[in-house]
Amino acid sequence: MALATSLNASGGIDTAELRPGLADPVHDSQHIFRGLLTALAHPGRPVTLPGDVAGPEPLDPATTAVALTLLDYDTPLWIDWIADTPPLRAYLKFHCGCPLVERSQDAAFGLVTDPENMPRLALFAQGRDQYPDSSASLLLQVPSLEEGPAVTLKGPGIRETATIRPAGLPDWFWNDWRLNAAQFPLGVDIFFTCGRSVVGLPRSILAEG
Amino acid sequence: MYVAVKGGEQAILNSHKLIAEERRGDTEVPELSLAQIKEQMQLAVDRVMTEGSLYDRDLAALAIKQAQGDLLEAIFLLRAYRTTLTRFGESEPIDTSCMAVRRRISAAYKDLPGGQVLGPSYDYTHRLLDFALAAEEGVGAPEAEAAEAGVDESIPRVTDILNHEGLIEEETALDGDAGAVADLTREPLRFPAGRDLRLQNLARGDEGFLLALGYSTQRGYGRNHPFAGEIRLGEVAVEFVPEELGFPIELGEITVTECQMINQFAGSAGRPPQFTRGYGLSFGHCERKTMAMALVDRALRARELDETVEYPAQDEEFVLYHSDNVEASGFVQHLKLPHYVDFQSELQLIRSLRRRHDEEQQEAAE
Amino acid sequence: MSAAQQQATEGDDGYNFAYLDEQTKRMIRRCLLKAVAVPGYQVPFGGREMPLPYGWGTGGMQVTASIIGRDDTLKVIDQGADDTTNAVNIRRFFARVAEVPTTESTAEASIVQTRHRVPEDPMREDQIIVYQVPQPEPLRPLEPREIECRKMHAYKEYGLMQVSLYEDIARFGEIATSYSYPVMVGDRYLMSPTPIPKFDNPKMDDFPALQLFGAGREKRIYAIPPYTKVKSLDFDDHPFAVQQWEEDCALCGAEDTFLDEVILDDQGGKMYVCSDSHYCARRRAEGHEGKLSESAARAYAAAVGAAEEEEA
Repeated sequence: MALATSLNASGGIDTAELRPGLADPVHDSQHIFRGLLTALAHPGRPVTLPGDVAGPEPLDPATTAVALTLLDYDTPLWIDWIADTPPLRAYLKFHCGCPLVERSQDAAFGLVTDPENMPRLALFAQGRDQYPDSSASLLLQVPSLEEGPAVTLKGPGIRETATIRPAGLPDWFWNDWRLNAAQFPLGVDIFFTCGRSVVGLPRSILAEG
Repeated sequence: MYVAVKGGEQAILNSHKLIAEERRGDTEVPELSLAQIKEQMQLAVDRVMTEGSLYDRDLAALAIKQAQGDLLEAIFLLRAYRTTLTRFGESEPIDTSCMAVRRRISAAYKDLPGGQVLGPSYDYTHRLLDFALAAEEGVGAPEAEAAEAGVDESIPRVTDILNHEGLIEEETALDGDAGAVADLTREPLRFPAGRDLRLQNLARGDEGFLLALGYSTQRGYGRNHPFAGEIRLGEVAVEFVPEELGFPIELGEITVTECQMINQFAGSAGRPPQFTRGYGLSFGHCERKTMAMALVDRALRARELDETVEYPAQDEEFVLYHSDNVEASGFVQHLKLPHYVDFQSELQLIRSLRRRHDEEQQEAAE
Repeated sequence: MSAAQQQATEGDDGYNFAYLDEQTKRMIRRCLLKAVAVPGYQVPFGGREMPLPYGWGTGGMQVTASIIGRDDTLKVIDQGADDTTNAVNIRRFFARVAEVPTTESTAEASIVQTRHRVPEDPMREDQIIVYQVPQPEPLRPLEPREIECRKMHAYKEYGLMQVSLYEDIARFGEIATSYSYPVMVGDRYLMSPTPIPKFDNPKMDDFPALQLFGAGREKRIYAIPPYTKVKSLDFDDHPFAVQQWEEDCALCGAEDTFLDEVILDDQGGKMYVCSDSHYCARRRAEGHEGKLSESAARAYAAAVGAAEEEEA
């Protein structure tokens, strides 16, 4: 879709071209949020998100659902180049109103659809000593949650251990995650998304490949 | 048979019926109308709007009626309503130099451009109960010719006059991003707090608390030699820039009281001796509040002016965390809630400590 | 304004579902996720005025309002009891603005909002407990300044607390804290368990349900994920111990619950009953009896000759 068709002449948004957001914003987002809360409270446990919302390419339904549930004008968003298309920009602007930022460091949320080429984890906001909550959360859309190499997780929310198999991550990923976890309470939190599923990986979790 | 204290929904509903009855009082007496409160209890309405953080005379009047005249309760009602309102954005800053002035006094200059306008004020009333007001038939229409109309032309602010000579500090833009004004209705307090956040907190703050703190600075607990540079009351326009238009449109007028205190400042390593400012602003006519606010604002600037922070009014955590009467009233009154469990824990502890104490005494005696 | 913000389901009185507007819920939800990611850390949040006073559960209510949905079942307790006025009032609020079913049964609830107690019945992974928090800062009694406390948390400098507890031991022979007894969460953050009695502290450790904490007036949210280490502070030579009673519950005979002391007369007569009213009622329904259970109570009342009205 060309720029001109999604943005009209005055720079506003042509809503006719937009894909719909959540059918029931109040109750759908509540459902989705509870799914996210469960995913983060039980790291490594795949949670199927309700609400079959079809956002613009290349977003999976789960990625779209998380974006629609968590983003608004208070959350600067960084998106990777594959996702950074006029329809997606228009979609996020209309449904979420979130500002898009150029530099990953400035973002409260990072949206990654091409994990192999994503920025290193340290290039996102890590939080400050006195305000570790000022770090970024990453929505990391992966091609599969079951077909990647097995990684064992330990930490809060996990009774013994949990195993995840996200596919399509860059070579450096789990080494970066080790560094991320080592600087706890600073560091980023991750939601892996694929299809309609989400897996939470908070910074408190240690991973062994 | 022991029955646990049953609060019960019925008890709560009954209690609500009782307050409704008390609120109404003697039904032989005509019921108060909101118009009466709005028109004849204006200063109460103004305080409720200011500390309730919502400029709406009708809702403030309703809150006062609903709260049986308990202004803190009315403020709380208004705040709880305000928080549910959709936020459209920020207005342009109001310009008080373009105020339609109804009252304007300066304690710093005898005469000044624009003149002294006494306007409506209790300042020179003799505080004698006016039994004429008690008359059944009321006092009728007041003498209209005595009431002054708003002075419409723009009157320069006293602090702007001083500014020509560089005698008073410049009103500096906010630190860093001038566009982003802090808003503690959307974000929690953070320290150190910028002046924007402090002023918002003080404007919403309890008048009694600010009055006492301001007074304490005058009595030596953080003295900074204030002069009431100017107090003005009147109407100002509120403008808003809708995103789709890109230029300001006037939404309407609001009444505000503004107080600019001028304070002595001996200078510091980085700054020459000059006057400094303390600022107070309220919705409606809340003169005492704005004066107290200006004193406390100046006291809270101690850090920024390299003054030693040693007194309560200069201590921003102390002032900003305790100024809000909705928070304070709630927390003080929450002591009415049951604390059986904690009290039971303390009972056990104190019994244990006393047993130990007795044993030790006994051992010592033997 | 975005599309989602404009659309809202209006419930009772024209307010949004669960009272809070969607923007506020989103803000609180983001804070809740941060809180879960950093167990025990107090996340500042833009707390809103609620239609109940500060100090009466507004923090817990904002958390509950941000998580609750139409398929939830809510239990609200205060001092362990479902029938105390404030619990009734908060339950009434959510039944009204969120139209959710409410329950007194811990097992049936998907969300339990509590003030000052953890229920006696075990909780499960699929449940959430929301604590109302009057003062989230465990260091506050020792250091009133937010700036200082925040530094201590940032650098895990909790010596002040250790010293204070040790002074207790030196002075009283034991740690003189019976409620709000500080805990370390995940070996990192010192946390106030809210004014629950220290009796309940051990329940927080390795707890299967997600624990969320909301402090409305102080505008902080914090959390303990399931299966997280929560350790009450102590010393090797003075290990942490919970309260114990010499008596059992006079109504249900429970030997292992937190008991409220009930004054029976002005002659020092008293008895002890479970503070968890639902737990106690359930046990009685199952046939458990304490020395003052209904049949015993009748006998007792007859003996002291002051029981006519209760009997009726």
